[in-house]
Amino acid sequence: MKMARVDAPPSLRDYVADTSGARYFWQRGASVCFTDLDRGTSLGGRLADLAGRSVLVATATQLAAALALIELDGRARRITILPPDAEVAHLPALIEAAEIDAVVVEQGSPERATFDLPVRAVCAPSIKTAELVPSARLRTEWVMLTSGTTGVPKMVMHTLAGLTAPMRAGSPADGAAVWGTFYDIRRYGGLQIFLRAVLGGASLVLSSAGEPVADHLGRLARHGVTHLSGTPSHWRRALMSQAIRTIAPRYVRLSGEIADQAILDGLRAVFPHASVGHAYASTEAGVAFDVNDGLAGFPAAFVGTNRDGVEMKVVEDSLRIRSPRTASRYVGTEGLALADDAGFVDTGDMVELRGDRYHFVGRKGGIINIGGLKVHPEEIEAVINRHPQVRMALVRSRQSPIVGSLVVADVVLKSEEASTPARQIEVRDDILKFCREALPRHKVPAAISFVPSLAVAPTGKLARRRA
Amino acid sequence: MEDVAREHGKILAPLDDDLVLANSGLDSLGFAVLVARLEDTLGVDPFTAAEDAFFPVTLGDFVKVYENGAR
Repeated sequence: MKMARVDAPPSLRDYVADTSGARYFWQRGASVCFTDLDRGTSLGGRLADLAGRSVLVATATQLAAALALIELDGRARRITILPPDAEVAHLPALIEAAEIDAVVVEQGSPERATFDLPVRAVCAPSIKTAELVPSARLRTEWVMLTSGTTGVPKMVMHTLAGLTAPMRAGSPADGAAVWGTFYDIRRYGGLQIFLRAVLGGASLVLSSAGEPVADHLGRLARHGVTHLSGTPSHWRRALMSQAIRTIAPRYVRLSGEIADQAILDGLRAVFPHASVGHAYASTEAGVAFDVNDGLAGFPAAFVGTNRDGVEMKVVEDSLRIRSPRTASRYVGTEGLALADDAGFVDTGDMVELRGDRYHFVGRKGGIINIGGLKVHPEEIEAVINRHPQVRMALVRSRQSPIVGSLVVADVVLKSEEASTPARQIEVRDDILKFCREALPRHKVPAAISFVPSLAVAPTGKLARRRA
Repeated sequence: MEDVAREHGKILAPLDDDLVLANSGLDSLGFAVLVARLEDTLGVDPFTAAEDAFFPVTLGDFVKVYENGAR
C-alpha cells in the first residue's frame, strides 16, 4: 500500500501542543485534560504499532474516541470512526472494504464486537506521561459512516484539510472557550464541533447517550459553555427543559435538519445575547454554508456563485454542491459515484425559491403522494411549529383507501399547555385553522394527535419511519 | 361531514339518504379525510377492511357500509 507521505502536514496533535493553557474533554462522570497529550498517550504505548495502519476507532465512549483521534491523526494511514449506533452485523463488510487491520477499543468497557485483527490497542481513556515515539507523518484518511436507515452504511472518505476547511476566521463561531454539542462526535455534525474545539483552542463538553436533557444542560452550565451546537430536534428537546435557563452560550448553532423560523425565533428569545446561526452540511457534501442573519433558508445569491470555494446549484429542486470540503469518494462501494462528472454532490435536499431566499422543504426520498399531489412532511411541520402552543411536530403519511395517502401529525405541545381534553380540542382546532391559512388543502393534516414526546434518532434527527 | 366540508371550504348539498355522493360537494380528498376521522372515532375503516373494492354511490349506501362494518 502506497502511503501519502508528506513533509510536515499539521496533525491534530500539533494543535494540542500549540496552546498555552490546559484544555479538557468533559464527559458525564469523567474528564481528561487533553492538552497533556503533547507529552503523553492514552494508548498504553501502542501508538507505534498503529502507525501506518488502517485503524477502526471502536471505543465505547466519545471521550476515548476523542483522545484516540488526536493521537492517530498523522500516524495512521486511515482512521475509520465507528458511530455508536453502528450494527455489529455490518462490521465484517466495513472492515474488508476499508482494509482495516487494527482496532482501538476501550479499557473497562464492554467491547462492541469481537475484533480479529492484527493489532488491537486499548485506549485508557486517560493520559499517561510518555516520550513521543517519532514516526512517519502521514496525510491520514478519515472515513465516516453515513446514517443510512437500511443496509450496510456507506463509508465516506475525507481528509483533515477538507474537514477543517469550514473553520475560517471571521465567523460568530470563532473565539470559543468551551464548545458543547448535543451530537455524538463520531457523526459528521459532532466531529465538526470536536475539530472546532481542538483547532480553536477550546475545551469540549461531550454528550452522553441516555443522559437526561436536564442533566446534560446542567453539565454544560457547570463548565460554562460558550458555543453550543445541535440539530433543531436536539434544541426543541432542550427548550422543553427548565435547565435551558442555566446556560448562557454566546453562539448557538443548528445543523443536520431544517432550521425553521420557529426554532430560530425560539432560541433568540431564550438567548437574546447570543448569535444564533444555522449551517448546512452533510457527511458527503461537507459543510456548505453558515447562515447568521437569524432567518430560515439561505440567500438566493449563495447559488451559482463561488463562495470560499463552495459552489451550489439547484437541479430539479435538489441542492447540489461542489467544494474542497466534500468527501473525496466512497470507500469500497464498487462503481458508486459520490459526485457527478463535474464534481457536484447531489444532496437530495429539496429547496424552493421564495422571494430572494431558498428554503429547504424536505428530502427527495421523503415525499408523500396524496392523490397525485406531492407533499414534503417537513414543510407542514414548519407551519405547525410556528403555532405558539407547539414545541415540535412530526408529519407522517397514513394510508387512505380513497387517495392513497393522507398526512397526519403528531404534535408535542409546550409544557404549559398540557391540560384538559376540552383545551386539547381547542388547541387542535386552532392548529388546523393555522394550517388551513398557510397551506393548500391537501397539505393540511387529516388528523392531529398530541404526544408527550417524539423519538429522536442517534443522529439527532427526528426519527421518521419510512413506509 | 359538515365539519369536513366547512374545513375544506366546500358547500354541502342537503344531506339525505338518496344524495349521490359525487354531487354532495365533497371531493375525494374530503372523503378521504372523512373516512380517516370516522376511523379515529369508530375504530373501523370499512373501505380498507372490505375484501372487494366497493364504493358507495349514495349517502345512504355510505352509512350502510359503516353499519355493516361495525358488526
